[in-house]
This record gives sequence, structure tokens and C-alpha cells, in this order.
Amino acid sequence: MDLNTKFTPQNWPEHAEQATMEGKNKFVGFWIFLSCEVVLFASLFATYLALKDSGPAGMDLAKYSTKALYELPLAFAMTMILLTSSLTSVYAMYHMKNFNFKGVQTWMGITVILGLCFLGLEIYEFYHYVHAGFGYRHSAFSSAFFTLVGTHGLHVIIGLVWISCLIFRNMKRGLNLYNAPKYFVASLYWHFIDVVWVFIFTVVYLMGVLG
Amino acid sequence: MSSVAQKKGFGAQVWDYLTTVDHKKIAIMYLAAGTLFFAIAGLEALFMRFQLMFPESTFVSAGTFNQLLTMHGTTMLFLAATPLLFAFMNAIVPLQIGARDVAFPFLNSLGFWLFFLGAVFLHLSFFMGGAPDAGWTSYASLSLYSPGHGIDFYVLGLQISGAGTLISGINFIVTIITMRAPGMTFMRMPLFTWTSLVSSTLILFAFPPLTVGLFLMLVDRMFGANFFDHTMGGNTIIWEHLFWIFGHPEVYILVLPAFGLFSEIIPVFARKRLFGYSSMVFATILIGFLGFMVWAHHMFTTGLGATANAIFAVATMTIAVPTGMKVFNWILTIWGGSIKVTVPMLYALGFIPSFVAGGVTGVMQAAAPLDYQLHDSYFIVAHFHYVIVGGIVTALFGAAHFYWPIMFNRALNEKLGVLTFWIFFIGFHLTFFLQHFLGLMGMPRRVFTYMGDQGWDLFNLISTIGAAMMGVGVILLVLNVLISIKSEPLNRRDYWGDGRSLEWALETPLPFYNFKQTPLVRGYDPYWIEKQEGNKEGMVYAEPVGDIHMPNNSILPLIMSIGTFIAAFGALYSPWGDQAIAGTADSVSPGLSVGLIVLGLGITVGAMIARSLKDDLGYHVHVAEIEAIEKDLAQYRATGKKGGNK
Repeated sequence: MDLNTKFTPQNWPEHAEQATMEGKNKFVGFWIFLSCEVVLFASLFATYLALKDSGPAGMDLAKYSTKALYELPLAFAMTMILLTSSLTSVYAMYHMKNFNFKGVQTWMGITVILGLCFLGLEIYEFYHYVHAGFGYRHSAFSSAFFTLVGTHGLHVIIGLVWISCLIFRNMKRGLNLYNAPKYFVASLYWHFIDVVWVFIFTVVYLMGVLG
Repeated sequence: MSSVAQKKGFGAQVWDYLTTVDHKKIAIMYLAAGTLFFAIAGLEALFMRFQLMFPESTFVSAGTFNQLLTMHGTTMLFLAATPLLFAFMNAIVPLQIGARDVAFPFLNSLGFWLFFLGAVFLHLSFFMGGAPDAGWTSYASLSLYSPGHGIDFYVLGLQISGAGTLISGINFIVTIITMRAPGMTFMRMPLFTWTSLVSSTLILFAFPPLTVGLFLMLVDRMFGANFFDHTMGGNTIIWEHLFWIFGHPEVYILVLPAFGLFSEIIPVFARKRLFGYSSMVFATILIGFLGFMVWAHHMFTTGLGATANAIFAVATMTIAVPTGMKVFNWILTIWGGSIKVTVPMLYALGFIPSFVAGGVTGVMQAAAPLDYQLHDSYFIVAHFHYVIVGGIVTALFGAAHFYWPIMFNRALNEKLGVLTFWIFFIGFHLTFFLQHFLGLMGMPRRVFTYMGDQGWDLFNLISTIGAAMMGVGVILLVLNVLISIKSEPLNRRDYWGDGRSLEWALETPLPFYNFKQTPLVRGYDPYWIEKQEGNKEGMVYAEPVGDIHMPNNSILPLIMSIGTFIAAFGALYSPWGDQAIAGTADSVSPGLSVGLIVLGLGITVGAMIARSLKDDLGYHVHVAEIEAIEKDLAQYRATGKKGGNK
């Protein structure tokens, strides 16, 4: 399909993200990329589970254990914020399907704001732990915790920079078949980040405090 | 742009290669880089063999020997075999499926530059305080306490080049899924394309655990984390698991495309359809799947317990079944064929018994109780060299002869090729066959010397002579390549006369867009079908001549890769390393370390953002230009002179 076609909501294709060969490649390629990200996080989860609560001989478990450290209300708030941001990125995709560019930009913008809130809470949480003496070099447990959750946090940062760039670069361009796949894979990525967090919330926080 | 030799300044040609996104040129770069590292790693092997030629030799010191064996293994697997296979995958897979380029030409270039700069970074260790010395497996209990920066170079270099490999893997998967010509269904794909697909899938699932393992090692050594340090609650076995979850599939990542190459070579020279095509496909997928179920057979002696050992032993033996299917299919393809023994076919015929020998010793080691005897002995060395040299290197040499006409429009010399084959092949068996017995007699692997009069002296001497013969073989092959540069261009299609798949239907030299019109595939072995029906053009077309859409060249992949290269130095000289674990006497100030990391990653991310902000729509080659290029190529093929049309 020609990239220069002027689109209206009437002639905008059903699956705009896959209407061009490049778009289709990007769509397939990104799913494949996500499958390797799954293995990456699986390896980190396995490492964390092997090392949790483990530290130098005589580490004070009353102070430095999953039960003593984690606070479920904070983790729950973070979960809700990130889940909501996933929902807002779905709204953006819904508007993309209807060729409503303003809707896409607005909801993507809201997604970024929610992502920033999540990131702020995560930084607060990390700061809190480090302040309590639970730094990155404290023990095998602390290294594993910060690496797993921090890698997720790094993915959030990458996602935020990426989506912000998309919003910025397309402000003047409007929606077309060249940038529709870009929005689509960015929203896929954001969902993936969300799914990983659901596992972190379950495996790290819920199982840590209640298990 | 066209692959016809053009009068271009040297600078312009270098720039062309630095920015190219053409899969054929990237293939040539992979081939050149892979050959370079193959030569370096080969020399390292020769140094080791010369040291072991006589008992209590002092040719190299123990420390140097450790560096040599580490770099030999690491380089051969990551920086020689992988890029050489990628060279053929890049050159041939798009042609076999009737595509004009890969799915992501930009990423193809990025993958190459990341691999190359990661490899260069690793090799800088020789000049900057010593190479890694903990073996290619770099077990944490050993590598964590290795003084100096060797292991840091290993970790960072492999991290960078591993990212490149992963990117290329994704690229090949998408290319094969979405870019196939009309009619090229999955069950009509040539075996090399199939094995490339499965091998890329293995890359996809095997490299992330390595990335994680390397990252954990990086932060342990350079930033004071505690993953593998047992005094801080860490666990060194985690490295072994992560490494082998990657490391075992890595063997299949390399050997499956080699199987694919032989599955292309054998039918052409047996002049028979590949026997049991669908069972070959099934066996490939099965090997790929089982490859992930067996990693702990490298860890039988670690102490995982009898139950785990039994499960992994049985799973390992299971792999012999699909592999056996493949061996019988190759034999049955040759059986009753009208055989032409050319150089590629010689390599294929040499491959089958050599690889079977390597496979059989593999099944022996799969029996966990026996493995307790064989572990860390020369028997293991003999086994994996039979698999890797007998399987992968013979495939690479055979494929070089086989595909040289397509890649370079020149042929390698047959007579010299036959001589090379015999010298290399005899040298290979001399080197490694006796090492089985050295192992059974108790010679441990990775030792820099041994006492005389234990019955090991003669076998070690013969082994070294064999290694020297392999070296001569490689020199002859390189000589053959140099001679071919001066030889007459072929300017024809189907050099071997019995080509079966699409790549042989194309006349060399290829235009940069490969196919003027996308071909229509009417069955398995499409070119063979067209030849059978007397089609002089060798193809039927799925579209009329029309504008062709091609991707733009870009320098950004190189810039992105350079960024990671700079950042790696920042991490290397980090002042946060644990003094007790590894010496950090030459670490730099925190500001400089962080500054380098930020600068390097800033360059990478900046280039990514620049890539994102600008629309890159590619360009169209219009019908008139296509006709001019085709006319030009026809004139060149006829007269050897370049016209002035483009």
C-alpha cells in the first residue's frame, strides 16, 4: 500500500500496523523479540529464586529478608498504576484503529505519565532499601533483587523514552502507514513490561511476604 | 550499487562497505571477519599443540597456555564458526526463498558491526594486560578470582558480540517467515533455509541466558555484586546452569546450518532429490527442541544427584535418534545416485563418517557413570573436535567451494581443493583420533604439560603433526581464494550444472536487487523443476517487471556499535570492583568510568533516536533503471567490460 495515500477514517485499513511489508515484518519481528525477552526474564527470575534471603553467614534475617523488607501496599499501588497504563495504551490503539490521531497522542501521553509515576515509586522504594542498609553489594539476595526488579525498571525507562520520542516525532506528521506499526509495537512492548511486572508482583512481593 | 566491479575510489568503496545494508555485501564482511578470527584461533591451537608435542616442554608458560586455550575455544565458537555460518546464511538464504533482501537490512548491518566490534574488543585483551584464562566456559569459581582484566574483556566482548548474534537471529527468522516468494511454502523450503530457521530460533532462546550470565559476571567482577561469591550468599553453580543452558544449544546453533549445507551439496552431486525431505525437516526441529533439554549433561560431575543425571542422560541419548535419521537420509540420497566427486562432495563424504564418530562418542559420554571417568580428559577434547571440525568446519570448507561461484562470480580451483581436502582431512584424523586414547589413558584436558614415559609421548607427537597438517590445509585454502581473485569471472548461472534450488537459477554477477521479477515457486527444488520442463530462463515469474523498493544505506549501525565499544571500556576500568575478588589496581576514577559509560551509551542511544526521528522510506529503482542495469550486466557478462549506463 502506498505510503503517500491521504487517509480518512473511512479508507484507513483494518490492520494499519500490518498494511505494509515493513509493518508486517516489524510486527512479526517484535513478537519474536518479545519471546527472547521472556527467556531473559525467566533467567533472572530463576536466579532471584535461587538467591532470595541468602547472604553472608550471620545476615540478620529479621532485618534483611523478603518478609522484613517488602511492603505490599506500595507494591500493590505500583501494580495498579502499571496495569492502568497498559489499559490507556489499549485506548491509544483503539483510537489508532479509528484513525483518530489526537486520541492516539493523548492516550499515549497518559501512558507515559502513568509510567513516570510507576518509575517514581520504584525509585522511592529502591532509595528506601538502600537507606536501610540493603544496598546492591549487601548480599547475594540484594544483588539478585535489584538486578531482577532493576532490569524491569530499565525496560520501563526505555519504554518511556521510546513512546515519548514517538509522540514527539509524529506531532507534525499525523498518522500514516509508516508510523502506525511504530505505535503498535511500542504498545506491545508496554504490555510486555506490564506482564513481567505481574510476575514480579506475584513471585517477588506476594510470595515474599506471604509465602 | 550493482555488484559489477565499478571504477570507484578506494575511499568510496570503504564507505560503501561501512554503510551497506545489502545482504550479499554483509555476507562478504562476515566471511572476511570470520576467516580472520578463524586464522587467529587456529594459530592459538597450533601454539598449544607445539607446547604439547614433547613432555615437559617450555615453549609457552602455563599462564600463556591458559590464555591460549581460552581464546581458542571462545574465538572458534563465537567469532569464527558463527560468523562464517552467518556469511552463508546471509548470502544464500534470501536467494533460496526468492527475496530481494532480508526483512531488516538495517538490523543486519547492526548485527554485523556489534559482532565485529565485540570481537575486536575481546582481542584487545592480548595487548592490554592479558587475555581471559578461565576456559571458554569461564566457570565462576575460577573466573571470579582471575587477576587482571582478561575475564572482563571476555564478559564485555561476548556481551556486545552476543547482542549482534541475537539481532541477526531475529532477522533471519522474520526473513524466512515473511519474505518467501509466492509458492515457496514451508514444506518447499530448501533444507539450508530450514536449518537456518531452526538455528536462528535456538539463538533466540539460547542467547538471553548467556546475556544474563555474562551480566551477572560483569556486575560481580566490576561492580561488587555477589551472585557467585559464596561468602556473600552467592552460588557459583548458577553460572554453570546459565552458561550451559546457552552452551549446549550453541552446539546445535552451529551444527544445524552445517547439516543444511550438506543437505544442499549432496543432492546436487548425487544428482538425486534429497531422500526423506519431510523427515529431514522433522529431525531438524526435533534436534532443536531436544537441544534445550540436555544442558546438565555437561554437569554430571557437579553433583546434581542421581535422578537429575538419569533424566539428562536419557534425554541426551534421545538426540541420537533424529541425528541418525539425518545420517541415513544423506546416505540414501547418495545411494543409487549418479555421483560426481567434486570438492564440496568430497567434504560431504568425509563429513559423514567423521561426524558419526563424534556422535557415537557423544552417546558414550551421555551415560553418566562413564562420564565420571571421561570428564575433563582428552576423550572429551577428541569428541567435540570430531563434532565441530568433522561437522562444522568441513561444512564451511565444502560450502565455500560450493557457493563461491554465487558469492564472487569466480570458482575455486578444483585440483588445489582436492589436495587441500586430503591434507586437512588426514591431518584432522591424525590430530584427534589418538586423543580418544590419550583420554582413556588418563591425560587430563587443559594441562599445559605432562611428564614423559606415561605412554602419552608418541600420541601427542603424532597429534601435533596432524595439527600442523590442518594448518597447511587452511593455508592452501586461503591460497586458493587468492588465486580465484585473479581467475576469469564465470558470468553464468548454475555453475555445477545440477543446481536444484532457486539460488542457482540466477546469473552471476547478481544485480543488487537479486531478482528482477519475483519468482513463482512451483514445487520443491524449483530450479530443477524448470530445467526438467525445458524452461531456458530457469524461473517463472510471479509479477511483471515493476519498480523495486530497496532500503537506504546507513552509517548508524556502525556508530551504535562504536558507542557500546566505548561504554565497555568504562565498565572495564570501573573502580567499584571487589578488591578481594579481582585486582583493580589500574581502575580509573569513578568520574571517568561513569563518564565513559554515559558517553558510549549516549552515542548508541543518540544514534537510535536519530534513526527513529527521521523517516527512512528507502527508495525505488524504476523500470527504466532496472532495464539499464540489466543491459549493463548482460554487456559485462558478454564482453567483460562495464557499460556506462549506471
